[in-house]
Amino acid sequence: MRELPGFDPADLKAKVAEDHGLHPMDVYLKPGRIPHIWCAGCGLGVVLSCFAQGLKRAGLEPRECAVVSGIGCTGRTAGYLNMDTYHTTHGRAIPFATGLKLSKPDMSVHVISGDGDLFAIGGNHMIHAARRNIDLKVLCVNNFNYGMTGGQVAPTTPIDARTTTSPYGNREHPFNLPHMAHAAGAVYVARWTSFHARQLVVAISETLQKKGFTFIEVIAPCPTGYGRPNKLGSGLDEMKFYRENSVVRHGADPSEVDIGLKGRIAVGKFIDVDKPTFQDQYRAMVGTLGGKGKK
Amino acid sequence: MRKFWRLPLDAGSHTIPIGEVKIIKDRCKGCGFCIEFCPNKILEFSPEFNAKGYHPPRVTSYDECVNCDLCEIICPEFAIFTVLVEKRLVTREDILKHTERLQPGEKESHG
Amino acid sequence: MADSAVLTGEHFLIGDVACAEGALAAGCRFFAGYPITPATEVAERMARRMPRVGGVYIQMEDEMGSMAAILGASWGGLKSMTSTSGPGFSLMTENIGLGMMTETPCVIVNVMRGGPSTGLPTLVGQADVMQARWGSHGDYGSISISPSSPQEMFDLTFTAFNLAETYRLPVVVLTDEIVGHMSEKVIIPKALDIKLAKRPKPPASLAREDYVPFMAVDGLVPPMATAGEGYNVHVTGLTHDEWGYPVMKDTAQERLVRRLVDKIRLNVSDIIMTEENGLDGQLDAVVVAYGCTARSAREAVERARQKGLAVGFLRLVTVWPFPEEKVRELAARTGVFIVPEINYGQIALEVERCSGGRAETVFMGLMGGTMHTPEEILAVIEEFSSRRNP
Repeated sequence: MRELPGFDPADLKAKVAEDHGLHPMDVYLKPGRIPHIWCAGCGLGVVLSCFAQGLKRAGLEPRECAVVSGIGCTGRTAGYLNMDTYHTTHGRAIPFATGLKLSKPDMSVHVISGDGDLFAIGGNHMIHAARRNIDLKVLCVNNFNYGMTGGQVAPTTPIDARTTTSPYGNREHPFNLPHMAHAAGAVYVARWTSFHARQLVVAISETLQKKGFTFIEVIAPCPTGYGRPNKLGSGLDEMKFYRENSVVRHGADPSEVDIGLKGRIAVGKFIDVDKPTFQDQYRAMVGTLGGKGKK
Repeated sequence: MRKFWRLPLDAGSHTIPIGEVKIIKDRCKGCGFCIEFCPNKILEFSPEFNAKGYHPPRVTSYDECVNCDLCEIICPEFAIFTVLVEKRLVTREDILKHTERLQPGEKESHG
Repeated sequence: MADSAVLTGEHFLIGDVACAEGALAAGCRFFAGYPITPATEVAERMARRMPRVGGVYIQMEDEMGSMAAILGASWGGLKSMTSTSGPGFSLMTENIGLGMMTETPCVIVNVMRGGPSTGLPTLVGQADVMQARWGSHGDYGSISISPSSPQEMFDLTFTAFNLAETYRLPVVVLTDEIVGHMSEKVIIPKALDIKLAKRPKPPASLAREDYVPFMAVDGLVPPMATAGEGYNVHVTGLTHDEWGYPVMKDTAQERLVRRLVDKIRLNVSDIIMTEENGLDGQLDAVVVAYGCTARSAREAVERARQKGLAVGFLRLVTVWPFPEEKVRELAARTGVFIVPEINYGQIALEVERCSGGRAETVFMGLMGGTMHTPEEILAVIEEFSSRRNP
């Protein structure tokens, strides 16, 4: 049988010594794990950066946060953040995060995953966690396709868009994600794009201070999987498109913010309401029993 | 060129941050976000190649970085950031250098 | 004052309820499940008891969510459990694999019913035994425990938690509808007399940055860090190195997967539990049984011995890992293994494999809905014993 090379913890330490700490935000990154796997021009690096900036702005220590992700390019975000992170199975980040949050109620539990992971295979879990108002912070990066597997059609792919599994142009109506989240019961619903980096940082820090199921959709360029087959240019071209075509509409009715292949993108904070969380309700119920219950 | 009909009354009493751009060249993947979105347009692609084969950015005007942090936030690779160098007083002369007097009949514009 | 989790005393309980009580006594404080016959009573008992003992009960939207939630709660530091039957277990298999790969302690109760598919929801089956071992894709070590009475539903669910915590994996309590729904006396001991196992943790003296999350320090089981303690662990279902970071290489795969299998395989002597009697010397036959079937088998063996036959009884308390060594050794001393099961032959295959052709394996199968009677098993014992001793 083959000789197995052993494991040497020093290998990582060498890499860390060479590269970690060169950038002020490196403190939020797992030492030795960058460069990340995302393509040049991908919007996910921006999302990772904005997430770290959002934590910094809200003043949260990494130790107080946990990030749960699913499968896909966005799911890899978890592996780069310097906190307790869980890269789970496709579509199941939200129920995993539910279990984690209910067992560690004082931690800030985030779900960072993609449009396919959260709304196709994970759709059922999304709507139920929103319905229950579990105190989770969901960041859904929407690049309109399944990027990791090479650019297949997704429930968010606009009509007429080409992907490897919609080679003649997609004919299915896509989801309107803010509408879905709002209808299911999310207490905070917003959409930004990777171009709106500053607003995204503010939104992320707002959700960190908000109790309940919060949902931020981030439109991000995917030049490899989506941009190229649809002749949208490079990642930079997609970002410029967001700049030209986004319209800030705070408080807009989420049912009216659909996105097409071309055309306007409504961004902003659409919904911000308050509702008792699952844990508020559970604690109240336990209180009626005369027992100590969970804190 | 910005045009005003008179100098602001408080001209000479404000400071603006001046930053220094730091580029971690070998992390750059040449996406162009920082170059395109810098509000003061002080970055451009440099002709050199980094270790990955991309053209990292370089600064075109050292004096005009205002430490706004946008490049730091928007860079996907954690390859660029700014540090505050000083808070510089903007004198009346600085303003006069960058603005023009409105002619009679012209409207104020923001260049 | 919260209610006591340990209901010390004598009770008359159905198996499902005793199972829930065993979990609570073991320290389980998180239950996520979905209703399914014949396991619903476990969830119902938990829904009543969990809020009163300071735990969390949540009814998830499906079994995939239930399994994911108990993994998340385990990483949050709680002992967690779910309960289901065949169709639900099928849905859970992907996340069971995640639990195996991430080495997450938790307990899954599978109250087997007639299958396949929707099958006989209200009636017994035992056809999920191989699935309990091999259900999820890929290689991993596996532990399944098979209670055959409500008392054992209490005792062995408790043991399941201890094994899950010690070896860091999902453990299956593989029971069946008859045991789950029958009522019998259950004696619950005092809390003081209960020995709880806890997952190995990194020593307090170890610096955070020196903790290597998936490197086994003692034996083959790495110490586990709970979320929120500053260890900043990355846990992934991808093949990973000892730091927990994804490494897409055959070398990482070799090290990791071998350890996942070996941590059970090389510890079988501490894990396997069997009930053995009359297994000395030369034997006319050995009856191998588990679950509700073992109750009839035990009776049949007694009657056979009264008729002068040298019949051994091997009850599998742990079904997985299977007691390969014991069966191999017995094969030299008996002419025939008789394996009654409520399926088309699953443990019978293991018995046959391990006997290596030195003894015959006689499989007695029922497809589901009823269990074997002692008379049926006795008739087969007599027939095959007489063939050996004409």
